Amino acid sequence: MSLSNRHLLGLYGVPKEDLQLILDTARTFREVLERPIKRVPTLQGKTIVNLFYENSTRTRISFELAQKRLSADTVNFSAGISSAKKGETFKDTVRNIEAMKVDMIVVRHQSAGVPIYLTRISKANIINAGDGLHEHPTQGLLDMYSIKEKYGKLEGLNICIVGDVAHSRVALSNIYGLKTMGANVSVCGPATMIPMDIDLLGVKVYSNIDAAIANNDVLNVLRIQLERDAGKRIPSVREYHKYFGITSERLEKHNKDILILHPGPINRGVELSSEVADGPYQVILNQVTNGVAVRMAVLYLLGTMNL
Amino acid sequence: MKIILKQINLLNPEQNLNKKDDLLIENGVIKQIGGLKETDFKSSVVYEFENKFCSPGFLDMHVHLREPGREDEETVETGTNAAAAGGFTGVACMPNTTPDIDSAEIVRFIKEKAAGRLVDVYPVACATLHRKGDSLSPMYELFEAGAVAFSDDGVAIKTAGVLRNAFEYSRNFGTAIIEHCEEESLADGSMNESLTSTILGLPAIPNVAEDLIVARDLMMAEFTGGKIHIAHISSKNAVDFVRQAKKKGIKVTAEVTPHHFTLSDESLKSFDTNYKMNPPLRTRDDVEAVIEGLKDGTIDCIASDHAPHSIEEKEMEFIFAPNGILGLETELGLAVTELVNKKHISLSQLVGKFAINPRKILNLQVPQINPGEIANLTIFDPELIWTVDVSKFKSKSKNSPFDMRLLTGKSVAVINNHKMFFEDRFFDI
Repeated sequence: MSLSNRHLLGLYGVPKEDLQLILDTARTFREVLERPIKRVPTLQGKTIVNLFYENSTRTRISFELAQKRLSADTVNFSAGISSAKKGETFKDTVRNIEAMKVDMIVVRHQSAGVPIYLTRISKANIINAGDGLHEHPTQGLLDMYSIKEKYGKLEGLNICIVGDVAHSRVALSNIYGLKTMGANVSVCGPATMIPMDIDLLGVKVYSNIDAAIANNDVLNVLRIQLERDAGKRIPSVREYHKYFGITSERLEKHNKDILILHPGPINRGVELSSEVADGPYQVILNQVTNGVAVRMAVLYLLGTMNL
Repeated sequence: MKIILKQINLLNPEQNLNKKDDLLIENGVIKQIGGLKETDFKSSVVYEFENKFCSPGFLDMHVHLREPGREDEETVETGTNAAAAGGFTGVACMPNTTPDIDSAEIVRFIKEKAAGRLVDVYPVACATLHRKGDSLSPMYELFEAGAVAFSDDGVAIKTAGVLRNAFEYSRNFGTAIIEHCEEESLADGSMNESLTSTILGLPAIPNVAEDLIVARDLMMAEFTGGKIHIAHISSKNAVDFVRQAKKKGIKVTAEVTPHHFTLSDESLKSFDTNYKMNPPLRTRDDVEAVIEGLKDGTIDCIASDHAPHSIEEKEMEFIFAPNGILGLETELGLAVTELVNKKHISLSQLVGKFAINPRKILNLQVPQINPGEIANLTIFDPELIWTVDVSKFKSKSKNSPFDMRLLTGKSVAVINNHKMFFEDRFFDI
């Protein structure tokens, strides 16, 4: 079994078989992570560059750990500022890196579309680690893995993405991946945070958080990204918390089993109350562990394709 | 020198001229139409242009020649060469150069650079100093130096107050204000806001950013009695606003670019920066609306917004790449392919939108096909099928999304200012 595309640019249009293969492979690696020696020789001799044009701690560390556990050689390239401002063009940077004979590039960039652009200028396998407000496919996959871990399936589940959907790459990857797997996906947030025509993607829109809680099995709660001007789209984080924050009172009112996901880092007291963030419904730290397993699966499947 | 365009379809709706005949040009002046003698043929260079069309020379009223300031991207010379190759005998160039065209000196500089060429260059000058929207440019001086209209192109004139003054002050010399209609507070994006921008996760500009300024400008034109020309109209509502305004008698005209009647924002799925322009490519609904506007005359003319950019600037991460694409060398082909061949407009309307209306908007005389007139002509073949090849462009830049596209309709030759461009070269006639 192998994937149908040699890059992972997003979950848009990725066939169900591919998603299933990644999730199944991730389960194997999840077991490896529980062993005393967490390293396998699968990608020995492969060189992977982590090309990060935007600050990221957890995604970069997660990818790096996944690469090390697969015995790949990894190099980190972090550009604090955009290539446009630095003088060297992005293309020249990539060509320089490519000249050092790399097999795979994991890229994060503030502009949507950079991973696709990379496939046109590089021969390496490209993995999107987040491009602008477009996609973050490995986050989508680890969310799917975490939901499946709890419910044993994805098909037929009701999953709501809560928060600044319009300015989230996590939301789109979740929507595309989950819908392909047969889940019912909805979004909930103030209208300033819901992107235009999202309903045309077959996504239900909730404006009331209680209704969203009542009708869903999973809430994937997005971070309110004040660093991305989220403050312009809501009057205050206090008001956001009051009307859209997930609190124990809100959850208990419905007295039902519900799974809370959060891509991190959490703003405690904003999108989640501390009680919920540490409470019985959430699997936030488990998501982080699953993230390493899912990224190992993606790296393994892409890295061994050309053999 | 005498030349004869043999059995050519002479087409000028302005003169109700639509017939096939021989056209004799002597020393760049139209000498005779039809009734030519054997001796005329013997003493002339004869061009076998049967099945080709000959109309007043086309004029593109919205091009960026980049000179002064960005001569690495385009110059008056390369831009006018591209115009000639595309079938144009005139261009109006926009003032967002470096420095801006906001002094008589810069207008004269451009006129000097353009002197002696086949293609006439008509500078559009800034409406406000440095296009900043605060104080009026020296409009009267600019007009006297040769500016044919005023615009802060790249942005709209910032406030209704300044726009009012620009309309009123320019009334004395009757020029139009050309507006790039976009509300700045809604314009922070890389593409049109739609389902496609939602899917692509690109920051987006909604239609209403254009609609708002079109509405404001129409109201201000009505209030002041000024002449407003809407540049590169792209949204459905804006077309409708202009349609209603024309019915009310407001002095408004509008242009559309070939890319806005050809492409929709779905093209951006490739993340190719050659589809990044401002106004952004809109939805299919908007494309249909601008075509409808062209059909019913709401949109008066086709202009390319020819915007050369260097390869290193355009080949960039999407959100950092500059807006704009080349237009001069593909627009006739796109207009024939997308408008005439799809039966939206006739060839006669095409000539109106390329040759006649732009000149009327800029208060320029429309060339006539009559004995005694200086020959200012575009000769084109609406049936010629060709493949766009940017490497053969006369333009100094290469940023076109239409590379390798199959088009029908191409210019064969242009004649103006006692010069002819034919088979890839200029020569005196």
